Amino acid sequence: MTTCPECGADVTLHDDLEAGEIVDCTTCGVELEVIETAPPVLDRAPELEEDWGE
Amino acid sequence: MTVKIGVLYSRIRADEKLLLSELRERGHEVVKIDVRDLALAVDEAPEILADLDIVVDRCLATSRSVYVTQFLSAYGVPVVNGPETATVCADKVRTSLALDGAGVPTPATNVAFTTDSALAAIESFGYPCVLKPVVGSWGRLMAKIDSRSAAEAILEHKSTLGHYEHKVFYVQEFVEKPGRDLRVVAVDGEPIAGMVRSSDHWITNAAAGAETTALEIDDEIADLVAAASDAVGGGLLGVDLMETDDGYTVHEVNHTVEFKALNGSVDVDVPAAVVDWLEAKAAAEAAGEDGETTDGTELEVTH
Repeated sequence: MTTCPECGADVTLHDDLEAGEIVDCTTCGVELEVIETAPPVLDRAPELEEDWGE
Repeated sequence: MTVKIGVLYSRIRADEKLLLSELRERGHEVVKIDVRDLALAVDEAPEILADLDIVVDRCLATSRSVYVTQFLSAYGVPVVNGPETATVCADKVRTSLALDGAGVPTPATNVAFTTDSALAAIESFGYPCVLKPVVGSWGRLMAKIDSRSAAEAILEHKSTLGHYEHKVFYVQEFVEKPGRDLRVVAVDGEPIAGMVRSSDHWITNAAAGAETTALEIDDEIADLVAAASDAVGGGLLGVDLMETDDGYTVHEVNHTVEFKALNGSVDVDVPAAVVDWLEAKAAAEAAGEDGETTDGTELEVTH
């Protein structure tokens, strides 16, 4: 469990968390990037850019 | 043999998690390389790249993928997919030329640089036809054009609002596919597995919500996948095909292919097959194939 940097709500995280992964805040809906895993640190995820994707 | 493998990324998707999990379960030493942290000198490799047996490019951003793989290649660090493949697959124009040049059936395509010539190209195809960005993914910014008035509006929007790449107008015939297209993931032309992507929408990307089921890969598909892979330079690829009255046509080849949807649609363990291939590539590099150095302490710029 950690705190959403956008809205301050608690965010529940799964066990196999990976730096660089994106998780959603279920309270405000913002996409959050996992910056650190131990302990978990979240930041607002970068926006999708024009050339992103397979 | 265990390897020290670098994983280039800027976002860890479900695909990368599957890959990381498989690599770690097999005891490989994984070095995650966030490309956002890199500053790449033209004459010297960053420390994080030293002693890697192989690097797998999983950059989400096409531009990062194209440039970082060029640097790795210049440093002499083995990378899959290589920069040649990335450069071709990242750009629909280059992909179309490569496929057609290799005799792989691909939809008829015109490229134009002004709205007037683009409109002429559209009218030459008739309606409907398709306008695609030359760089793009997940079915975004693709337009099925049903009329001249729609064509004029879309071209004006692209010309006014678009990035300069949107002023390269990539116009393609509309293929009347039967509500589905086919995706085959392959390694150096050898299929791992395939899926059928079905949707009521004309865009049938899994990322756009298409339903996916397993595809039985027949000889014709396998041959086309091998030819398409060769045409773009090989590697771990997602080859997209459509069915036409005259057989299959290859409309896209993806070089940082997502495979989570495929993995959920087939019995094959896709990440395991990918890691099998990565191990084989690393072993080949260690054996000195392709003349690449695997010694990170003796990196040398080759071009």
